[in-house]
Amino acid sequence: MTKTWVFAEVSPDGKVEAGALELLTKARSLGGEVEAVALGPGATEAAAQLGEYGASAVHASDDSVYTDYVAQPAAEALHQLSRQRSPDLILFSMTYDSRDIAGRLSAKTGSTLMSNVTDILSPDRARTAVFGGATLVDVELEGSPKLLLVRPKSFVPEPSGGQAQIVPMDVQISDDAKKAKRVERHEEEASGPKLEDAPVIIAGGRGLQDAENFKLLDELASAIGNAAVGATRAVVDAGWVPYSMQIGQTGKTVKPGVYIAVGISGATQHIVGMKGAKRIVAINKDEDAPIFQIADLGIVGDALKILPQVTEEIKARKG
Amino acid sequence: MNIVVCVKHIPDPNLPPQMDGHRLKREGVQGVLDPGDEFGVEAGLQLKETHGGEVTLVSMGPAAAIEAVRKGLSMGADKGVLVSDEALQEADALVTARVLAAAIARHPFDLVIAGVESTDGYTGTMPSTLAEFLGVPQVTFAKHLEPAADGIRVQRQTAEGYHVVECPFPAVITVTAGVNEPRYASFKGIMSAKKKPLEQLSLADLGIGSDDVARKQQVIELAPADQRKAGEVIQDDGSGAQRISEFLVDAKVI
Repeated sequence: MTKTWVFAEVSPDGKVEAGALELLTKARSLGGEVEAVALGPGATEAAAQLGEYGASAVHASDDSVYTDYVAQPAAEALHQLSRQRSPDLILFSMTYDSRDIAGRLSAKTGSTLMSNVTDILSPDRARTAVFGGATLVDVELEGSPKLLLVRPKSFVPEPSGGQAQIVPMDVQISDDAKKAKRVERHEEEASGPKLEDAPVIIAGGRGLQDAENFKLLDELASAIGNAAVGATRAVVDAGWVPYSMQIGQTGKTVKPGVYIAVGISGATQHIVGMKGAKRIVAINKDEDAPIFQIADLGIVGDALKILPQVTEEIKARKG
Repeated sequence: MNIVVCVKHIPDPNLPPQMDGHRLKREGVQGVLDPGDEFGVEAGLQLKETHGGEVTLVSMGPAAAIEAVRKGLSMGADKGVLVSDEALQEADALVTARVLAAAIARHPFDLVIAGVESTDGYTGTMPSTLAEFLGVPQVTFAKHLEPAADGIRVQRQTAEGYHVVECPFPAVITVTAGVNEPRYASFKGIMSAKKKPLEQLSLADLGIGSDDVARKQQVIELAPADQRKAGEVIQDDGSGAQRISEFLVDAKVI
């Protein structure tokens, strides 16, 4: 019988990172046992929610060593646990921390690690998408435990109404694992809905020409209401807007009802993060921009001129 | 400070990708130093300029990958190492990390720098696997870095902001694009790169057997995904804004 584990990141107040709930939902469909591992403050409290989404057991520790130090303690704990209990498959949501934990674990176990998974076809077969999602690649995996890093929003989370048994962990974390220490935590302020949840997203790229012009996106977002503003890697790298606004391969994966791409050419790195949008509108000066190949409505023109007009139109319609 | 920078030679990302069966074609195509790695090379050079020491480039790839190492040398790195072996043609991130760790561990080092992920494969796990093989901590997604007492202080990107992480040497870090402004290779740099030490190693030189690099994942099928169809594309003649707001009304978001 297949034993599937989901590594769940949790917040100190016991909330489970959304990707873990998606993975539990998928794990149930693979058959066999489904369990979760949660490490760090809030882990025990999170067990109820993990159970609700299908974990029959949660290997939990509230020890702050897992959040004080980057990746190494969690990788050690997972390694020891998996030697004790032999899971066939460990699923991770492709977050900053889980990438590092899975990467280290792969060296410890010598087992295969697959990144950017978009679907799990069976316990030993997974799918990813390449070339901006144009080509699907099915991969057969050998050995165990197989480690999969799954892109966020690959599955829709559905509760199963179950309950999890909390299993205390018997692991030792070495002093060598306590090296890379988090000494400060900074959150960037954002107003309005979160990018991951917003029904409408307006995203800007290089074509906006100047950081100042991002305010045109903010104005349109507030005229629409319930809309969030995002950005491409190019403008985040240029320092125009904070990284928390980045949509793409590195950055956030979003699936809004409507995505308005402004001055975005449509590089693969960006498309990967937004092609799941239900409808796409693109404004770009360059009629050959690849973004027009996936847009439902494409306007070839000057975004700096068009955006304020759209904002005015919407204000007028709303009265 | 002994600084090692991992560099990768990749098919030019600005050209359409070519396949060789189930793999990306890497030989006989136009190749470049991964643009993401230029930030790593620059970070290494800046640390050397302020704190002294030496920058060594380490790469794994086919013979043509020597071009990527030369590019880094012409930017200012001191020496290069390329591991090339027929047996590595289908190497995954785990195998790559094992091979690079063996090449790096031959000499003492303080800091290994890599890009966050390669532009062609973007698995993003090689650096942390490498750190585990080297037995050192890792700090990934550095958007700012500065030396601290016997180590490094890094602003590490998170989904909602950043964390400051302090880490003693030796360590592995990965740098994001945008952490610095990579320099161009000068003519003088390009000329002097030709005289810099460049070591080429095989798996046997590193004491790695072919069993150690056997792949554990195999592509079994490639298939085109369902494509979104392009919709209507119109030139803005002054009516563009109206079309967009009608579209939004139609989509019931206003």
